[in-house]
Amino acid sequence: MVKQRQIREQIIRCVFFLTALTSILVLFMIMVFLFAEGLPIFKKLSAYRFLFGHEWYPTASPPDFGIFPLLAASVAVTLLSALISVPLGIMTAFYLAEVAPVRFREIAKPVVELLAALPSVVIGFFGMVVVAPFLQDTFNLATGLNLFNASLMLAFMSVPTICSISEDAIHSVPMDLKEASLALGATHWETVFRVIFPASLSGISTAVILGMSRAIGETMVVLMVAGGAGMVPTSIFDPVRPMPSSIAAEMAEAPFRGDHYHALFAIGIVLFLFTLFFNLIADYVAQKHKQVGAATL
Amino acid sequence: MSKFKWIVLVAALVGFVAVNSALAGSLQINGSTTVLPIAQKVAEAYMKVHPDVSISVSGGGSGDGIKAIIDGTTNIANSSRFIKDEEVKLAVEKGSYPVPFAIAYDCIVPVVSPDNTVGDLSLEQLKSIFKGDVKNWKELGGPDRPIVVISRDTSSGTYEVWEDKVMKKERVFAGALLQASSGAVSQAISKNKNAIGYLGIGYVDKNVKALSVNGIVGNEETTLNGKYPISRPLFMFTRGWPSGDTLNFINYVINPQQGQKLVKEAGFVPLH
Repeated sequence: MVKQRQIREQIIRCVFFLTALTSILVLFMIMVFLFAEGLPIFKKLSAYRFLFGHEWYPTASPPDFGIFPLLAASVAVTLLSALISVPLGIMTAFYLAEVAPVRFREIAKPVVELLAALPSVVIGFFGMVVVAPFLQDTFNLATGLNLFNASLMLAFMSVPTICSISEDAIHSVPMDLKEASLALGATHWETVFRVIFPASLSGISTAVILGMSRAIGETMVVLMVAGGAGMVPTSIFDPVRPMPSSIAAEMAEAPFRGDHYHALFAIGIVLFLFTLFFNLIADYVAQKHKQVGAATL
Repeated sequence: MSKFKWIVLVAALVGFVAVNSALAGSLQINGSTTVLPIAQKVAEAYMKVHPDVSISVSGGGSGDGIKAIIDGTTNIANSSRFIKDEEVKLAVEKGSYPVPFAIAYDCIVPVVSPDNTVGDLSLEQLKSIFKGDVKNWKELGGPDRPIVVISRDTSSGTYEVWEDKVMKKERVFAGALLQASSGAVSQAISKNKNAIGYLGIGYVDKNVKALSVNGIVGNEETTLNGKYPISRPLFMFTRGWPSGDTLNFINYVINPQQGQKLVKEAGFVPLH
């Protein structure tokens, strides 16, 4: 009887181990594939010319594979969207955690999280059909499909991530910290700003970084609303062409295992390294500033 | 179930598959990505009528398709250009005689927003717009507004024609907005009164205004009589004069009641 139970235990353990292994294995295989398909382009041109070349004409003869305009576009779009989404997300989180009545919070938080469930193609379509003509008419621009429009749409997408994770972090600040602050005569505002905010900073940083890494990898929205001009932007109303939109637009018709195909995978590698970097930072910040009880503050 | 029954079942299945594949004809179609939508549509319709024939269609470019015909690795090669002299030479050396069939015409029309007052542009004007030299509609007799150039991604067949017939091998400037599909171009132009782009004639609808080029309106008639400058014939090549399933398929494609209707549906100009 005991033996039988031990065997069952073993089997269950094995099944769970295999399940965990599957996702790691799949991730690893995708990574190997990404590098195997992307690296051959560096036999044709140096990494420096790939990253800092200003001309992206993959089908011209001879072709040019300089991704600097695409790289600059991705960075610009992500930063500008963070400028919009970070204050919005964090302030919403503080409102929900500290100011809003409990019953309102119970309704509002799921609604904010629901925003994350909106398919990106819907957000892209909204940006294309509603926001672009509005921007064009309001600011008298040449085109409404530009850096600013894309950043705005991406901000929509990262606000739920930032808000939801920040709210959790703020909410998990120990009650005694808050009570101690109030007991010492601090006002509610002072408590929020001087005690709760520093105590939840690591959680908030993680939220911001995850939100940004979502923005940099987003494809459909930038494909639809960023405009698609392969130029380094000089104004926030310039059309741009971030990396994911190049991959999405060109992959289908790039000749299999040709230079263009390899170059697109190499862009994928750059994108992968970006998100990996973001995630490592998020992990590091979360570990380093981990709040263990009230004593570490 | 006993072992014996299993064996019978498996044997029956194997036999079924073997008989089935022996009966079925199979066709390989390869080549130009421009012709791909036509080939796919026609292949689907053809397989519906002839369920015993299986057709596999793949892209890869006109050059690859013609090379496959020369090597004999495909039955039909799609091509958006005529065969080149050196390809003919290579084919003759290898003892194969590629036979061209014109199956459709590609007609690309410059389009602007319906609000735009400009109605006709010359090829030279189009070229300087897409090179980024002309930046304002004023220079073309329109209102004082900036020109927003909308182009297709460089991998598309539509871009290829434009580059060949309008740009004459020069590059579209980097400030052009690249859209990934003809639908997206149409959408972007209908929403922007400053924009100019180009579409295959099948995609031109009331949301955009088609421009004439050198005074010639792009339509089926001017494409077929060769007057409209931004057009080209599309081909299917076979290895030698076709026979059997290949012949039936080619006949189906060029039949005005069958394949040519699908050609029009795919956004191209039919032969007749």
